[in-house]
Amino acid sequence: MVNPASLLPASRSAIVTKAAVEVAADRDTASTRLIYVYLGSATFWLLVGTLIGAYLGLKFATPDIDHIAWLSYGRLRPVHTNTVFWGWASLAMIALALYVVPKTSRRRLHSLPLAWVSLGLINAAVLVGDLLLMAGVNNGGQEYREYIWPVQGVFALGVILVTYNMIRTIVGRAIEEIYISNWYIMGGFLWTVALMVIAYVPVYQQTGISETVIQGFYMHMGVGMWFTPMVLGLTYYFLPKLLNKPIYSYSLGVLAFWTQMVFYSMIGAHHFIFAPTPWWLQTVAIIFSVGMIVTLAAGTGNFLMTMKGSFHTVARSYSLPFILVGVIAYFLFSLQGTFEAFRSLNRVWHFTNFTVAHSHLTMYGFVVFLIWGGIYGLVPRLTGREPSHFLAGVHFWFAFVGVAIYTIALMIGGTMQGMSWMAGDAFIESVTMMAPFWLWRALGGGLMFLSHLIFAYNLWCMRPARRDLPQELAAQEAMA
Amino acid sequence: MNFHRNHWLLLGTIFFGFIGLAFIIAILPAQWMQRNTEPLPEAKPLSDIEQRGLEVYIAEGCVACHTQQVRPLPMDSPWGRPTAAADYALLGPMDVWRPYSPAVLGSARTGPDLSNIGARQSSETWQYLHLYNPRAVVKESIMPAYPWLFEPATGAEGDAPVVTIPEAYAPEGGKVVPTEQGQALVAYLLALRQIPIEGASGTTQTASTETSRDSDASAGGDEEKADAKGASLYANTCASCHQANGEGLPGTFPPLVGNAVVLADDPGEHIDTILNGAQGRTIDGTEYASPMPGFADQLDDDQVAAIVNHERTSWGNDAPTVTAEDVAGRREAGAE
Repeated sequence: MVNPASLLPASRSAIVTKAAVEVAADRDTASTRLIYVYLGSATFWLLVGTLIGAYLGLKFATPDIDHIAWLSYGRLRPVHTNTVFWGWASLAMIALALYVVPKTSRRRLHSLPLAWVSLGLINAAVLVGDLLLMAGVNNGGQEYREYIWPVQGVFALGVILVTYNMIRTIVGRAIEEIYISNWYIMGGFLWTVALMVIAYVPVYQQTGISETVIQGFYMHMGVGMWFTPMVLGLTYYFLPKLLNKPIYSYSLGVLAFWTQMVFYSMIGAHHFIFAPTPWWLQTVAIIFSVGMIVTLAAGTGNFLMTMKGSFHTVARSYSLPFILVGVIAYFLFSLQGTFEAFRSLNRVWHFTNFTVAHSHLTMYGFVVFLIWGGIYGLVPRLTGREPSHFLAGVHFWFAFVGVAIYTIALMIGGTMQGMSWMAGDAFIESVTMMAPFWLWRALGGGLMFLSHLIFAYNLWCMRPARRDLPQELAAQEAMA
Repeated sequence: MNFHRNHWLLLGTIFFGFIGLAFIIAILPAQWMQRNTEPLPEAKPLSDIEQRGLEVYIAEGCVACHTQQVRPLPMDSPWGRPTAAADYALLGPMDVWRPYSPAVLGSARTGPDLSNIGARQSSETWQYLHLYNPRAVVKESIMPAYPWLFEPATGAEGDAPVVTIPEAYAPEGGKVVPTEQGQALVAYLLALRQIPIEGASGTTQTASTETSRDSDASAGGDEEKADAKGASLYANTCASCHQANGEGLPGTFPPLVGNAVVLADDPGEHIDTILNGAQGRTIDGTEYASPMPGFADQLDDDQVAAIVNHERTSWGNDAPTVTAEDVAGRREAGAE
């Protein structure tokens, strides 16, 4: 790949002219179609999930907007979270991994049909799971464990089949070393498979408080051992590729990987600080939360040092700004999570809307921005079609400004909620006081949703060209 | 040992290493908690209808906004004593689709904690009104309404309670009857009562430490502070029925504005009502059927006095105030 900055003059205007992508040479139509349909499904769930999220945000201002059981807040909230988790972000990450793992293994994916089966299973699980949640059938668990086991089982089967597909691809690689991206990506897959089983086996979680121990572990690993390693692994591929230079330090990536596995696994209990779960468990969680600073510094430092000297290229690209935001958000808001684990700060912020801000800063600011960076970086090279550079910029700024408004409002409001409780005010004051912040949140959420509509349109513009079809038919006929 | 080249070594370490860590940090601690947590001796398992209510509670996702987890922090003391592992010990697997105990501890407190809601708000009528439309009793509430837990009253309900909904929120006909699910949910909510633990820093004790600190400060004549405390206690304890403006709900919860007991020079009956509750009284020509709970166990003398004084000096009421000693006197007189 040619460094785009060297191709175009660095003239500055309100809208920076973005570098165009040269058409990829090695186009594999069947695999491109697979990846594109994965991304299309993911984007469908993004629109569904965030439309529901925006609607839920409205309900804080107008609780009587509807009186329909299937749309009531308590039932819809897990529909929002599970759809964006398992439908959008998971499918989008798998789509990108379906490109990166074979590419870095210098061979084709082990089995395309198997990957289609996985896609069907995951889509079916999210669809059925969401409908059941709206009908009032849930697992009785807390965050991200709301689908009942038959549904989550179908999802897990989909992930297990992809994992198998990836393992066979890596085992049959045409290159001696396993690239660092694949460490992270395989970590994400294997840890998640283990996690799903641990979370849904009933043996050791049959009474209230034992279930809570597992829930703390699960809800944290669900984020940190699935989304985090997956998008980091993808970034270890896309960042050097888009910048056309090697990663700053391979060994820093390895260090961050092992500390991620050991430190992160230990910190789930920090979701139940001051709960009647074992006190030592909470203390261990807090200590390792601090240890995560090593992982964060190593990972972010590595990415930023790779970008150093190439910020011109970042400014001229429409994919790299997403990655830059994602990398910085990874550091800042994981660090925020460490702070939230401290007992002194936890008592102010726990149970408040601050937590909601934190989860959006990490899942959206970090994970989703890196996913978008990967999609804009990859798809034009696969299909030879680019989105409008202007609309990619509008997508970036709407999403960025939207999530900033959303989270700043909830961080301020959440802190004030905690202070109100500590001051001993009547509880209802912590509700009425939040009204303006909830309005800002609805506004920010609306902007975010708007940016997703633009993204969906951009993805449509990047669709594989039809002229590939006759070629493919011809190829099939030739084979027959 | 070369993780870069040996894929089975790398993948095996990743997978089994994580499972090993999961045993240390999650599975074994959970197993240990499960084996070593006994319910409190006085604890009763949920009855059939209460268990069905818990299922409605889970199905409707009440957990999204309500905790059942009182932390050992002064800021949590309005919700009850700190919860212990034993409090959840009787929660068990729900059914074959949910073979785990339901998660009720919660992660957000957008609405109040419910660990002790059955004691804090024991009026069945209030619970039904509130579920039908929370704004019928708490104007500022943002909780969803649950009209699907009710049916229009037809006059042939049998034992089911008929609830009169305030006009602004009422359906046609004005009266509704809770469905079986609605009745089960309220039965479950009313069953959420904390069992006192000897020696645990309970509500009353924690609260009274804070109160005595407060009253030391107000001993210097800081009446404003004492009144702010009364206003806050009133908002948390009384306003959901008697309303923030003291006017109650016509026909359901009596007004305190111009109420003869509140305005009486002798505060005895006023204090007694708060301590012991009331039922079936006729006030200003209206008979009020729904019972008022007594607060003797939940509020100490200072707190009752603060509430009494707030009620006697707000919304145009102007009656003589009382001291904590007056309340202590009525408490003793009642106990004899």
